[in-house]
Amino acid sequence: MVVLVGEMEMVPKPRSHAPAKKDRLRAKRKKPRRYWEQESGASPGPPPKKRSSRPARPRSSQVLRRSRISRKAQVPKPERRKPEQTLSGAQDPFPGPAPAPLEVSRKFRRIDKSKPLPSPKSKTRSRLEAAEAEEEEASVRAARSELLLAEQPGFLEGEDGEDTAKILQADIVEAVDIASAAKHFDLNLRQFGPYRLNYSRTGRHLALGGRRGHVAALDWVTKQLMCEINVMEAVRDIQFLHSEALLAVAQNRWLYIYDNQGIELHCVRRCDRVTRLEFLPFHFLLATASETGFLTYLDVSVGKIVAALNARAGRLSVMAQNPYNAVIHLGHSNGTVSLWSPAVKEPLAKILCHRGGIRAVAVDSTGTYMATSGLDHQLKIFDLRGTYQPLSARTLPQGAGHLAFSQRGLLVAGMGDVVSIWKGPGKASPPSLEQPYLTHRLSGHVHGLQFCPFEDVLGVGHSGGITSMLVPGAAEPNFDGLENNPYRSRKQRQEWEVKALLEKIPAELICLDPRALAEVDVISLEQRKKERIERLGYDPDAKATFQPKLKQKGRSSTASLVKRRRKVLDKEHRDKVRQSLEEQEQQQQQQEKTKPPGTRPSALDRFVH
Amino acid sequence: MKVKMLSRNPDDYVRETKLDLQRVPRNYDPALHPFEVPREYVRALNATKLERVFAKPFLASLDGHRDGVNCLAKHPKSLSTVLSGACDGEVKIWNLTTRKCTRTIQAHEGFVRGICTRFCGTSFFTVGDDKTVKQWKMDGPGYGEEEEPLHTILGKTVYTGIDHHWKDAAFATCGQQVDIWDEQRTSPVCSMTWGFDSISSVKFNPIETFLLGSCASDRNIVLYDMRQATPLKKVILDMRTNTICWNPMEAFIFTAANEDYNLYTFDMRALDTPVMVHLDHVSAVLDVDYSPTGKEFVSASFDKSVRIFPVDKSQSREVYHTKRMQHVICVKWTSDSKYIMCGSDEMNIRLWKANASEKLVAEPSPGPYREHLHHKTLERV
Repeated sequence: MVVLVGEMEMVPKPRSHAPAKKDRLRAKRKKPRRYWEQESGASPGPPPKKRSSRPARPRSSQVLRRSRISRKAQVPKPERRKPEQTLSGAQDPFPGPAPAPLEVSRKFRRIDKSKPLPSPKSKTRSRLEAAEAEEEEASVRAARSELLLAEQPGFLEGEDGEDTAKILQADIVEAVDIASAAKHFDLNLRQFGPYRLNYSRTGRHLALGGRRGHVAALDWVTKQLMCEINVMEAVRDIQFLHSEALLAVAQNRWLYIYDNQGIELHCVRRCDRVTRLEFLPFHFLLATASETGFLTYLDVSVGKIVAALNARAGRLSVMAQNPYNAVIHLGHSNGTVSLWSPAVKEPLAKILCHRGGIRAVAVDSTGTYMATSGLDHQLKIFDLRGTYQPLSARTLPQGAGHLAFSQRGLLVAGMGDVVSIWKGPGKASPPSLEQPYLTHRLSGHVHGLQFCPFEDVLGVGHSGGITSMLVPGAAEPNFDGLENNPYRSRKQRQEWEVKALLEKIPAELICLDPRALAEVDVISLEQRKKERIERLGYDPDAKATFQPKLKQKGRSSTASLVKRRRKVLDKEHRDKVRQSLEEQEQQQQQQEKTKPPGTRPSALDRFVH
Repeated sequence: MKVKMLSRNPDDYVRETKLDLQRVPRNYDPALHPFEVPREYVRALNATKLERVFAKPFLASLDGHRDGVNCLAKHPKSLSTVLSGACDGEVKIWNLTTRKCTRTIQAHEGFVRGICTRFCGTSFFTVGDDKTVKQWKMDGPGYGEEEEPLHTILGKTVYTGIDHHWKDAAFATCGQQVDIWDEQRTSPVCSMTWGFDSISSVKFNPIETFLLGSCASDRNIVLYDMRQATPLKKVILDMRTNTICWNPMEAFIFTAANEDYNLYTFDMRALDTPVMVHLDHVSAVLDVDYSPTGKEFVSASFDKSVRIFPVDKSQSREVYHTKRMQHVICVKWTSDSKYIMCGSDEMNIRLWKANASEKLVAEPSPGPYREHLHHKTLERV
């Protein structure tokens, strides 16, 4: 029996007029109050917005005011004709253009406005200003087009005082519709050891690998099995490649690549004793972390090892991918997380996260937050864009061995046989670690966690098999049909694959800022000078050597010319020496200043400099 | 407990019958489209490489002249007709679709210095080293008739160039001075001169039709007003200009092909500095012609190459050359902006594509999967 829940179930389809989506939801959510508000007595939520009959017109002018382009005063559209002037006397209840949702349009802005524009006279400045104006208009239009998105994300709210963390999966299954209830299933596979799992990019297919060699690939929505084999060797990790057609399995000795029918295609012997696999979808690179301490990148479109980097930190068993910039995060036993790119031999950055070893790392889909958990039972969230500082931390009773982020920013941690999910207030903010959103106890210890890409489902691989849990609000509701389409046909998949291969990004372009290519290449002054000297053949700015003037009356004999020249050159030399001595003195003075006053001289001072 | 799960109705996402189009829902959120900049970079790189792979600009060579081709003229009403004058006095009319010469006229003794068509397309004028201006019918002589000019004007000095007014029945010749003629008269309506040297070419402005520009041997470019019958302005350059060409879309812009290997685009209203200097040739630039779009022009140079420049850039976007093509004397851009014709001093006229990788044959409409390929060259893949 399905219990329909109030008017919230019937969310109306695309509407005729549009106050912002957030507005409507906020207005409707006025009724249930959060349980922590009752406990702490904090102020109630955001004040309910007065919804006037007319949508606020100044929104569009707000958008204009925010731009830093000094345009002439924008003449607003002429007001509608007064009612006396229209024939029927009717009045447009919604005059002016549709309100432009400002917060949503911010999502579509890409230009970094913190950088100052060049001098007012240059041609570049006018071009940049025109580009900024275009971007503003485009972002407003894109924000308006969000009306056409058909699906709404899921949600789960407790009624007065109810803790959502205490809600059982069985209750959720009872309360939702049949199709969603069918997404919850448990595969009891005790025979072949703890399982690791991986969802394909579209979220339609699931690959599972049991420690004792069981490898299977299936379409988990229709429950159609694609293949099921036993590879007769320990399976440490399993990963789909770019589509559901190919599987990579990290077996005990080497890395194997299988077809989705179970046919072994390749055995990559250069990747030995691999513990973790990550596939970078836009670069077609399979990153493998091995027990030997090497991070190897294998290009699966060409079949070549692009880079084999020695991480110099012993056994690598914690690896995560940053989906925003394709940088690999490795967790080490000294509590640091290092960031790697195949183009660079050294790590791009090293972040000290925990006091003990790192047990798990996860990065969210926008590349803003990194969640790490360590042997010190801490779970920390770091800010990856800008300062690499911890934003929040939490002590867990039992350390989390596995972490994963969902598309909408939910964080799941697997602690023993319990999984806990934390949720943030909005899509853009980090999950708040105070109260978990959902928890679940499994029949075995957790060995693998992944949120299914476009479904509100969390897949857990544990020592008792595979469990698919329902997590309302985890997934992005509206997918883009040209990127990952769970409902794609065979022909669509083939076309997508060809285009993806054509657009494959070369591995050298992986760096911390993926938009680095879009910067203007500002050639440095020295390089410009060098090129100029090369082109002209001589340095036009160099001071010409002193040529003594020829004088009359025997004063320009060779000896006197040489004497005069020597005099000038000696003077120049003396000036140079004096200048360098002054600089050295200044430097010494500065150093003395920086040394803290009152330190007693010790015998070890001679070793300081 | 209030709960709602994300559940999609497959009927909204999967097509009903095989004959329907596939449904492709779109979400333009940048979070769903990561790596925009590197992917765009890779696409642009692939498109450029493919463009070069498919760049086969040479179309045909029109063979038949017995001496170097000195001047070319376009037919104003027919895209497939072109007239050429050679250094032995021959004028040939070609059909570009069959790539054959339809008519040959022995017009002058000595060089054919200039050739221009009347705006209506029924006749054309030629000037030659024998100090004559001749007007010919565009259609060939009838059966039994001999090839004879409609009208011959004998002058006292050699004429070096001719251009016809774009709307009226008047034309201008240049030699020792610039003469404006009425078609009915045998002596010029007015003669204008500024300076004492010979003038090598004259061109009428297609938009402000009373304006003319001329290039003289004393390195200057002079602009004349036909209504007032006076010269207007003059700009003196470092070296001699061979020809000028007016922009068919901007009334006051003209480009001068100079001996100092450059082309200068001037704004008529402010002649003190050029709007743009176009730099890529390595020998004297002999001829220039604008595309009908007014956005690009083509230049022919003594260095055996033909270059296409955008109006606002100082570097050429394309260069055409062949081992067999020697010094290019004249060049024209056809009126449909698709082809370039150049005549060189090894007696051939060559026909090139203006966009080297463009497919000239119309293709069937693209299917649903090809619609979002926004680089035109990638459509071939």
